[in-house]
Amino acid sequence: MNTNILEIKDPILSIENLSVAYDKNVAVKDVSVGIKKNTVTAIMGPSGCGKSTLLRVLNRMHELYENIHTTGTVLLNGEDVFKMSPIKLRRRTGMVFQRPNPFPTMSIYDNVIAGYKLNGISQKKAERDEIVERSLRDVALWDEVKDSLTKKGTFLSGGQQQRLCIARALAFNPEIILLDEPTSALDPVATSKIEDLLITLKENYTIVMVTHNMSQAARISDYSLFMYLGELVEYGKTKNMFTNPQDRRTEEYLTGKFG
Amino acid sequence: MKVTGIKDNIKLRINKDRIFLSLVVLFSVITVSPIVLIIFKLIEKGYKQLSFSFLIEKTPDTLQAMSAISAHEVIPGGIANGILGTFLMVALAGVIAIPVGIISGVYLYENQGKLMANLVRNVSDILQGVPSIVLGLISYMWVVKHITHGFSALSGSVALSIMMLPMIVRSTEETLKMIPQTLKEAGLALGIPYWRVLFGILIPTGFSGLMTGILLAVSRVIGETAPLMLTALGSTVINTNISKPTSAIPLLIWEFYNDPNMVDLIWSSSLLLMIIVLTFNLVSKQVAAQRK
Repeated sequence: MNTNILEIKDPILSIENLSVAYDKNVAVKDVSVGIKKNTVTAIMGPSGCGKSTLLRVLNRMHELYENIHTTGTVLLNGEDVFKMSPIKLRRRTGMVFQRPNPFPTMSIYDNVIAGYKLNGISQKKAERDEIVERSLRDVALWDEVKDSLTKKGTFLSGGQQQRLCIARALAFNPEIILLDEPTSALDPVATSKIEDLLITLKENYTIVMVTHNMSQAARISDYSLFMYLGELVEYGKTKNMFTNPQDRRTEEYLTGKFG
Repeated sequence: MKVTGIKDNIKLRINKDRIFLSLVVLFSVITVSPIVLIIFKLIEKGYKQLSFSFLIEKTPDTLQAMSAISAHEVIPGGIANGILGTFLMVALAGVIAIPVGIISGVYLYENQGKLMANLVRNVSDILQGVPSIVLGLISYMWVVKHITHGFSALSGSVALSIMMLPMIVRSTEETLKMIPQTLKEAGLALGIPYWRVLFGILIPTGFSGLMTGILLAVSRVIGETAPLMLTALGSTVINTNISKPTSAIPLLIWEFYNDPNMVDLIWSSSLLLMIIVLTFNLVSKQVAAQRK
């Protein structure tokens, strides 16, 4: 057992001996890690280290690629995600992408409720209204858009669009939210709004995010995970990792020697 | 330095440039002039016959036409049987070709670079090059002989739908390729099943692209004559039964051409056909422009 990897008690998400390969290229090598409930966990590492793949395994979005080979287990609240239907799993996990991607043909309202509508879940109007309002309030977008819910989501600014996408992911009340560099396409003001938002969201949700931005990881994450060439090098409290990295590679990455 | 030499050279260059420019203008005019001449001729020869009754009455018989000509009157009747037949057959061809074309296009989009998809794409391209009369012949063998047991609108539609198919397949694939991959991923990440992502997100997002392809395919087949000669045959009455012989505007033009008494109707019918095709073309351009 690697001593640089912190053990988490009662993790909401537990990854055990996970390996993922595309064709013959191993993207994730034997990763074992637990994610603590109601925290922000940052996945860091240089490009190509497998951090996006690791994130995508968690809601099995990596299966969209071809010729993938996955071994190991991932347990979400004790249930093996590889034994669930991916559709059910994805309703229990929200995902937010690098670039804001609201559905261009839909209004703001329909974007938030899209997960329900397109899944053919029938609801009363009042129920829908409530979900939309709650989700938009959760991302602090409600006051900005409450009078223009019928407008297209693509009319919003980039930062607002990204918050809309987070609201869309929150609509199902997911057990865990996965974010793949959610601020890499945003300006600094929009970025800091999203960061503040993530800090408030962790009261009710568990957040795992991939980031390229080390200072962002330092600002908002409770736990950090450093990956290098598909391996999990170090995992621990963000404060400890940034002040006192255990592994030489972590230290070199955090001090900007490579990456 | 020979300053004068440079001056001469510049003069030569300016002249060369002028010659080239006038050539470009000349050839551009040559390119544009056929369509202008066609429209001008059709209006000149055909406007007299164009009237409301031309749109709602069926074709006159040759005797009516002959007596009208000898009395120096406008030929009575119209081409309603052809207009209705054209729209009936093209609509039916669309009903066949649009779903098949879109689903095949989705298949090609989802299987980029795979052997089977490449094969389908190539076959579809080859299909586009098959002469339309051959498609008429095939539809004759399949539909006229075995399904409707006689010339019919359905057999005409089958021939036209095969012509439309490759265009719809291609435009669907190209449209879907232009939609950002992350929209599909966002849909799937919400736990939406693939077919609902396709019909609820991807196709609405690419709607104008798909529409453009369909409208272009329609405007392409609306003037087809050869395959209809072997399948729909033509009819002097207004027919809405898809298992009966049916007329179409291009078929009527051919019939008028062969009847010395009816020759005047060629122009008005061609003018109308031209207007319909141009409308489809312009609408499809408009839809495509809206997209940007």
